[in-house]
Amino acid sequence: MFKTVEKISAYYANPQRFMRLAGKLHAPVWALALIVLAVGLYMVANVPDDYQQGATVRIMFVHVPAAWMSLFAYSFIFFASVTALIFRHPVGHVAGRAAAPIGAVFTLIALLTGSLWGQPMWGTWWVWDARLTSVLVLFFIYLGYIALWQAIEDYGQAARATAILAIVGSINVPIVKFSVDWWNTLHQPASVSRFARPALHADFLYPLLVMGLGFTLLFFALTLTRMQMEILRQRARARHLANDFEGDG
Amino acid sequence: MGIFLSLCHQHMLLAWRSGHTTLIVTFLFIAVTLMPFGLGPELALLSRLAPGLLWVVLLMSLLLSLDRMFQADYEDGTLEQLGLLPLPMELIVLAKSLGHFIALFVPLLISVPLAGLLLNIEAAVLPALMLTMLAGAPALTLLGAIGAALALSVRRSAMLTVLLVMPLYIPVLVFGATSSTRAIAMSGQIDWPALGILALMSCAALFMAPLAAAAALRVALR
Repeated sequence: MFKTVEKISAYYANPQRFMRLAGKLHAPVWALALIVLAVGLYMVANVPDDYQQGATVRIMFVHVPAAWMSLFAYSFIFFASVTALIFRHPVGHVAGRAAAPIGAVFTLIALLTGSLWGQPMWGTWWVWDARLTSVLVLFFIYLGYIALWQAIEDYGQAARATAILAIVGSINVPIVKFSVDWWNTLHQPASVSRFARPALHADFLYPLLVMGLGFTLLFFALTLTRMQMEILRQRARARHLANDFEGDG
Repeated sequence: MGIFLSLCHQHMLLAWRSGHTTLIVTFLFIAVTLMPFGLGPELALLSRLAPGLLWVVLLMSLLLSLDRMFQADYEDGTLEQLGLLPLPMELIVLAKSLGHFIALFVPLLISVPLAGLLLNIEAAVLPALMLTMLAGAPALTLLGAIGAALALSVRRSAMLTVLLVMPLYIPVLVFGATSSTRAIAMSGQIDWPALGILALMSCAALFMAPLAAAAALRVALR
């Protein structure tokens, strides 16, 4: 199992082969993402009002998937960085760089929609409990990662340094995930990812899962597109340099 | 062992003689002086806020000092020479961190009670406060070393280092400040569980941070 994964990842370490795969996947992934999101939004529109929260419960269908994606994106960057560092996988670095702004935006969406939801529900825009604080820290880690990519001039050096940063910052992911279990927080504990049956009623659970799937597919679609852009940008830069060099010679 | 100690000694001397220590300690006092202007001179309020404020100002002073950990050596080629020593890079990081701790953290720690006077801190709280700062010191110095090493080849990287290190400092700050604030409520009694967690973080940093910082140094040197 590990051998085949290694072989596949080694096969696509070649940017040219990856670009061919990406070209084939591009349209299907985008189409699937948009379809699932459309279905999810339709289901959300038809969700009954919560007896306690009324119609504002619908923010949950954006807030929770965005929060899931913020952690998922960071895990994606973590695994891409580990693969890139250990197996010297150039596409791994591209994947990390491409996914970072998307993860940062998902985190920001989670924070903002959480605030919008918290104001009517808890009576406050913000509270410094463990879950909100650790997600804010996650947001800053994303910003630091993006800033480091842009600050270092040499691409190879930037790639390796940001990979180290991603690995160091990954300690925050379990803290975010388990913060509501380890501390007494205002934010509610996990209702979906429990070993027992989820504590959410089916009327709310299914739209939530569909939106979660839609957000995941959207993340992959956006990351794939950005990876293609990044590789094309590198090729353009290389060709530019080669032209300048030939022109002078 | 000899190389380790002389590296540590060299870093200490550089920090002292270049006036860096004086600069950072002065910053600590300036930052503490600004607080009453912002918060109002009411002594009771300042006394309640003092431990947390001192922790934050300590962190800010430490963040400012990180710029000097590896940058100067990188720029004049000393870091490359250090990489050629028979000492592994991780121990070089530890040596420099130890030198940084003695040259910068200890003077800051000594200044904390004096700065606390400016904030009308309760004398009973001071031992607990300084003990938590001491317990968090390895974590703070070594996590700062990671940030300093990552931002190494970037020119004028002070702000970038701050951005990189700040998320790592927040857990230390949370436990340090809450335990100090709790010490006020318990009239100077040391909050041993929080102190234990700080010590745990420091031990973890002692083992894992040199690996990350050394890897980052090797990336910058290639």
